[in-house]
Amino acid sequence: MSEQTRKKLLEVENLRKYFPVKGNKLLEKKYVQAVESVSLSIYKGETLGLVGESGCGKTTLGRTIIRLYEPTSGRIVYDGTPIYDSEKNISVKMLPYRRKMQIIFQDPSGSLDPRMTVGEIIGEALDIHGLTPSKKERTDRIRQLLEEVGLNTEHANRFPHEFSGGQQQRVGIARALAVDPEFIVCDEPISALDVSIQSQVVNMLEDLQANKGLTYLFIAHDVSVVRHISNRIGVMYLGCLVELAESHELCNHPIHPYTKTLLSAVPLPDPIKSRARQRILLEGDIPSPINPPSGCRFHTRCPYATDRCRQEMPVLKEYGPGHFGACHLLEQNG
Amino acid sequence: MGTYILKRIIGSILILLLIMVVTFMLMNAIPGSPFLTEKSTPEQIAMAEAKYGLDKPLYVQLWNYIKNYLHGDLGTSLKMQEGTPVKNIIFHQGKFALSIKLGLLALLVAVCLGIPLGCLAAFYRGSWLDGLLRVVTTIGVAIPTFVLAALLLVVFSVKLKWMPTLSGSLTDAKSYILPVISLSSYYTCYIAKLMRTSMLDAINQDYIRTARAKGVKTKALVLKHALRNSLIPVVTYLGPVTAGIITGSFVVESTFSVPGLGKYFVQCVMSRDYPVIMATTVVLSALVIFAMLVVDIAYKIVDPRITLTTKED
Repeated sequence: MSEQTRKKLLEVENLRKYFPVKGNKLLEKKYVQAVESVSLSIYKGETLGLVGESGCGKTTLGRTIIRLYEPTSGRIVYDGTPIYDSEKNISVKMLPYRRKMQIIFQDPSGSLDPRMTVGEIIGEALDIHGLTPSKKERTDRIRQLLEEVGLNTEHANRFPHEFSGGQQQRVGIARALAVDPEFIVCDEPISALDVSIQSQVVNMLEDLQANKGLTYLFIAHDVSVVRHISNRIGVMYLGCLVELAESHELCNHPIHPYTKTLLSAVPLPDPIKSRARQRILLEGDIPSPINPPSGCRFHTRCPYATDRCRQEMPVLKEYGPGHFGACHLLEQNG
Repeated sequence: MGTYILKRIIGSILILLLIMVVTFMLMNAIPGSPFLTEKSTPEQIAMAEAKYGLDKPLYVQLWNYIKNYLHGDLGTSLKMQEGTPVKNIIFHQGKFALSIKLGLLALLVAVCLGIPLGCLAAFYRGSWLDGLLRVVTTIGVAIPTFVLAALLLVVFSVKLKWMPTLSGSLTDAKSYILPVISLSSYYTCYIAKLMRTSMLDAINQDYIRTARAKGVKTKALVLKHALRNSLIPVVTYLGPVTAGIITGSFVVESTFSVPGLGKYFVQCVMSRDYPVIMATTVVLSALVIFAMLVVDIAYKIVDPRITLTTKED
């Protein structure tokens, strides 16, 4: 895909999501700054991987993009139409977009209503969007969806608890596919599954993407999986996007100090190489998103931090073709 | 399901037998005799006891009870117009019906008011409405039935004279109001509290988020997904509630002078009318056991994950 031909499906600008913290309301209102000024674009047909530690805001970003969480501020443009813009006060009704943007959740058992059969879970989405007017069409569509995700048609009458974790996640995927979406947020879809099942589900997601021309935002904390499935990868740290590049480029030539640390922790299959590699260990813990560090949020743990890093927040800039980074050191090095 | 119900019924009969044994022992442990009055001579008492078989050894008496009960014979009252069958007293004089009517009405009020109030509190969590409901339900749970009944009686019947002081046989709608309020207030408040907690738990679940991602509207989200999933604790509680409302009606019936089974039961214990004590206990126990069975079957309807089997698999 060349730069000119590919079309932006989703654009996010300066997206913020703050959650109010319960506590002393009289003194000052505190917020968990889960997502801080994230800007990125997702192209049609691609898979954008999103990696980062637990609690860095990946999931919140994914849910805010499809407006399962109402953004605090920023701008979301889907297929040329702004669906949220805090400055222009745009906040469209999401129902028509629920057909286009779907999400697969991390916890397969928790995300399925235990009182509904699989058929009802999938059928509910069809009913809401009025996709299958006749009863026969509805049944056929449910069967077709179950087959697409590798389940049997008779599974429609069973309840979620009667399935294994891998099968439940397949139900979750069939549920997301029911409305024939264009864009799917895969929110750690495999981290709750056994390793043997993980590859099956990843392969299935890839096949579905190839057949239906889907666009994915693939969220995970496992860099190896994200590298395998993604065209481009974004790295998040404490609510901020610190680096974004083609996956090959990012894995081989990371520019942000945090990305380098993250990649050095990925296990290598070759024990000799693995021993030879130098692991970068960070000092200290991840700071609290309620009281994030001033300036660059990574400066408390960055081995190269300078005074500028402590005062000024770096912005995401392009340092190579399609390779973005947010770090003051990069500017100095040119 | 059929085998399950059959097993439960057999179990219930055994429980009833056990209840009979315990009741029999307890009632014989209370000192006194049904025929003990100031005027009666020891000879008269002995004669009366011999007439009703009370002079026989205790195990023979107990066996007679069980034998008669298996034949559907609840015995005759020792005190009420000599020889009146207990069955007539309980069922044919409208006492039982009156108690059940009062109990069911209170149950209905508790469920129909408690569940929506709990839901409201959960949705507007942290708002003034939630705060108000919390205070009201806490007070409701804390005040004992007899205090509330007496209070209502004093305020609305004696002082304001809006309501009758004697509810009697509950012939007009007005006479129902105070007894039903006193009987249901505790349960309404408790159900509301229970519902609030379990609703809060349900609306934070992942499947609610899934439903939102599907595009389910808020109203359907609540009624279809959240409510069904949060009803289990309430359904569980309804078993003991049924029992509580029936036994609780003893106090309420006495306070408002409703001639129901509860009021009569208290009288029988006072006058040691053994066959009536036994029959009332067994009938009420059977009712409670039946309510529990209905609750267990209702589980299955509310939550398909529950399988009704008696053995582990």
